[in-house]
Amino acid sequence: MATSSEVSAAEIRPASLWRLTWRRLLRQRSAQVGGLILLLLVLTAIFAPVIAPYDPLEVLIGKEDVRKREAPCIHLLGCPPDKPQHIMGIDGNFRDVFSRVIYGTRVSLFVGFTTVTFAIIAGTLLGAISGYAGGWVDNVIMRLMDVLMAFPSLLLAIAIVAVLGRGLQNALLAIAIVSTPVYARVVRASVLSLKEREFVQASRALGAGHAHILLRRILPNALPPLIVQATLGVATAILDAAALSFLGLGAQPPTPEWGTMLGTERNQVFTAPHLVFFPGLAIMITVLAFNLLGDGLRDALDPRLKQ
Amino acid sequence: MLQYTIRRLLLAIPVLFGILLVTFVLARAIPGDPCKAMLGEKATPEVCERFYEEHGLNDPVPVQFAVYMGKVLRGDLGTSIRFSRPVSIIILERLPTTVELSLAALTLAVLIGIPLGIISAVYRNSPVDVGTMVLANTGVSMPVYWLGLILAYTFALLLKDTPFWLPPAGRLSAGVVAKPFYEVFGWDVGTEGARYFVLEFFANMYVLNSLITRDWAVLKDALQHLALPAMALSTIPLSIIARMTRSSMLEVLRQDYIKAARAKGLRRHIVILKHALRNALLPIVTIIGLQVGLLFSGAVLTETIFSFAGVGRMLFEAITARDYPVIQGFTVVIALIYVGVNLLVDLSYVLVDPRIRLE
Amino acid sequence: MTQPLLDVRGLKTYFFTEDGVVKAVDGVDLQVYPGEILGLVGESGCGKSVTSFSILRLVDEPGRIVEGQVWFEGQNLLALDEAAMSHIRGNRISMIFQQPKSSLNPVFSIGDQIAEVFQVHQGMKKKAAWAKAVELLRLVGLPDPESKAHAYPHQLSGGQAQRVMIAMALALRPKLLIADEPTTALDVTIQAQIMDLILELRERFGTAVILISHDLGLIAEAADRVAVMYAGRIVEQAPVRELFARPQHPYTQGLIASVPVLGRRQERLNTIPGTVPNLVNLPPGCRFASRCQARVEQQLEVCTQTEPDLLPVAEHHLVRCWLYQPQPQATPAAEQTP
Repeated sequence: MATSSEVSAAEIRPASLWRLTWRRLLRQRSAQVGGLILLLLVLTAIFAPVIAPYDPLEVLIGKEDVRKREAPCIHLLGCPPDKPQHIMGIDGNFRDVFSRVIYGTRVSLFVGFTTVTFAIIAGTLLGAISGYAGGWVDNVIMRLMDVLMAFPSLLLAIAIVAVLGRGLQNALLAIAIVSTPVYARVVRASVLSLKEREFVQASRALGAGHAHILLRRILPNALPPLIVQATLGVATAILDAAALSFLGLGAQPPTPEWGTMLGTERNQVFTAPHLVFFPGLAIMITVLAFNLLGDGLRDALDPRLKQ
Repeated sequence: MLQYTIRRLLLAIPVLFGILLVTFVLARAIPGDPCKAMLGEKATPEVCERFYEEHGLNDPVPVQFAVYMGKVLRGDLGTSIRFSRPVSIIILERLPTTVELSLAALTLAVLIGIPLGIISAVYRNSPVDVGTMVLANTGVSMPVYWLGLILAYTFALLLKDTPFWLPPAGRLSAGVVAKPFYEVFGWDVGTEGARYFVLEFFANMYVLNSLITRDWAVLKDALQHLALPAMALSTIPLSIIARMTRSSMLEVLRQDYIKAARAKGLRRHIVILKHALRNALLPIVTIIGLQVGLLFSGAVLTETIFSFAGVGRMLFEAITARDYPVIQGFTVVIALIYVGVNLLVDLSYVLVDPRIRLE
Repeated sequence: MTQPLLDVRGLKTYFFTEDGVVKAVDGVDLQVYPGEILGLVGESGCGKSVTSFSILRLVDEPGRIVEGQVWFEGQNLLALDEAAMSHIRGNRISMIFQQPKSSLNPVFSIGDQIAEVFQVHQGMKKKAAWAKAVELLRLVGLPDPESKAHAYPHQLSGGQAQRVMIAMALALRPKLLIADEPTTALDVTIQAQIMDLILELRERFGTAVILISHDLGLIAEAADRVAVMYAGRIVEQAPVRELFARPQHPYTQGLIASVPVLGRRQERLNTIPGTVPNLVNLPPGCRFASRCQARVEQQLEVCTQTEPDLLPVAEHHLVRCWLYQPQPQATPAAEQTP
């Protein structure tokens, strides 16, 4: 029994593995919820100009009868119909918060995807080289990663932004650098465990080159843990970027970025809580979507649950 | 075990050296002139020259590093450019705050997270389990500072004039003084030396200090001020610990020895709390150790929200003000704590699992 | 024979999985008499282990005992509350498992784990219980029991671990011992020693044993009576000599024929063709019908339509097979046979 199941596990072709995973993923409650929220967020980002009633940078003073940091006015909830509707209220610069939150989706998704893409590329490269080459190369690269990981990630990101200067781009770069070691470790671990496996040995015996073995044989097999890590990584990246912006190091006003919106109005929490509540809620929902999806992916790809 | 500890400490030296080097280089790479940052844009070249000389900034960077390393080895972390005070004194004031806050948050996380995880695992797929996991997932997705602000709004404003009111800022109410326990006991400890340092360190943890001096009024005040930041800071570790406890328990609960323990006639709660939990503890301890890094990151944000004079806030300000000695000194201390906690976690494995031999 | 010690009636244990309801145990009747060894045989997955876990009510989610009674010393175990059931387990009925090493808790010393039985059931103090544990370790033949009691499971061999499990199971002289493949995971040389130990101790304490195994040689040697299980049901039950001399059910015949016999030349080992039916979608009729040579040879239509009952063919010899039973009134389908 045992031997036959091992054989069949090794014989599973990637295509069928992916199909299996996909089917399992569709059955996962957390993946369903996460995927659905993510889909809505992507649609929101794409159709932001259609959904948002105002331009996110438009200052409404003089154009409408609005007060500074006015509380939300929702017609359904009893706001007089003759007043213009602002469902998330007005911010300190007489702008419509709802429109800014909607446009903020674009910034956050962009932040999440770009930083993780960068981190994956850098991490995969470093991890693959490290695991495949071994010896002193491995040592140098992994010790460097150790040093990077020995810092609390947000503090390291703050330091890097301090070097590079404030701004969204530099914040992205900082977060990408900070999150690289995780991917390097994941890829290196996969490479190490696969390097000595039969099918890799076999293609080496057939005379395949290093690059071929690495790209065609090892990396595709290292993908599942990488995908899980990447999905969860997007969540962390969005959270960290928002934190940097909150501290005034990331996106600068008047960019409609959720962390920045929170940071600039944080002292108004007692007088105008809506300015703090909605951007934070948006961050939480977005991060939650990626976390749920990542959890679902992990369960779907976890071989222990396959039985 | 002693041998292992010593070897681990020796192994930590290159990592610490690496951290020092990286911080040093990063600190120098921060654009901007510390002279202009400190003395203002109008500082004349002559004044700046004297400033550089005073702080050893004229030497080549490698020399600066060597000098700095030499001082660090002698326990001298230098003088803050911004405050003209020894970095060690600033650490002495700030570190206990963060340690107290982190410990409070971690205690909350462990005391609530582990039981929640156990209940979730035991009643898998029940409404309790689903509810707990929804909360845990939400917990890790929450921006700490946002939660902090919401808590402040709720407890300081909405619950004003109720017994649940909690102060939104600071460590003690205005006018409340936490007299160091060594003064209360009439010990003369001076203002220097290792003894003063250690005593002052503990005295600066107000909760601990007021417990020692049995000053219940100060204790209540300190706890009230600690409550909101600790709650905010504990959310993420709590969620992570609850999830890890759940999955670790689920893994253990399907082992043969659990069924065998039940077959012996042990009651279910004994099987769960004694036989299962003890085995599930290893990954939980690991994850608790990993929270320390998250706590420091979270401390920067939490301390900002609640005006807590701690390490995180200080380091953030030092980076923006290019106060090199403070940046370096604080980084070294944080890295030391990191290494120490990791060592403690590894040592605790031996207590948890007899199969593990440290070598 | 006398009153049975254990009387299982119509036991049904189902697993409610995402893919459907798996009827792992589907109407098992079983009696164990005081002091006897009942062998329970069958292929893996036929429900032997689930039956034994059901007796002790240790079936894990998503499994559930849906029907039946388990009478033991005048009580229906399935009707007891948890507290009363805990009092039965490890005290009146105990169990040893297939994987001795993974059945011991890795983080407690074996002395602690044996002592626990005395502490829980007899309220003994730690020290007295530990002394009892050491005594038991000596009884099961572990060398140097005083210091071995402090050992952790990972420091034991498989055979030693099984000795510890036996010590734990027999600590309170239970009336019934369920041994679920007690020697399967052990080296061949150790197997005989462990089996001898079980036999010796049950002789001494007068314990009845349910010996679960797929090893017919072991059963033939140790058991007094044998029950053969197939796809969640008992298909044949007889005293051991009777069963091996005159197996009646085609499945039992196949099982016995598939054991290689020393000294007899065989071109190839006999095997039973086909596989156990899917326990989710059981076909109507006899569960063995799809694999049954006799059915084909005898051209019995009834086998695929109605399930036979477990009925006596000789004294103490029960068989569930249409070959030995009058067929029911011809069904419409049967009339169509040419």
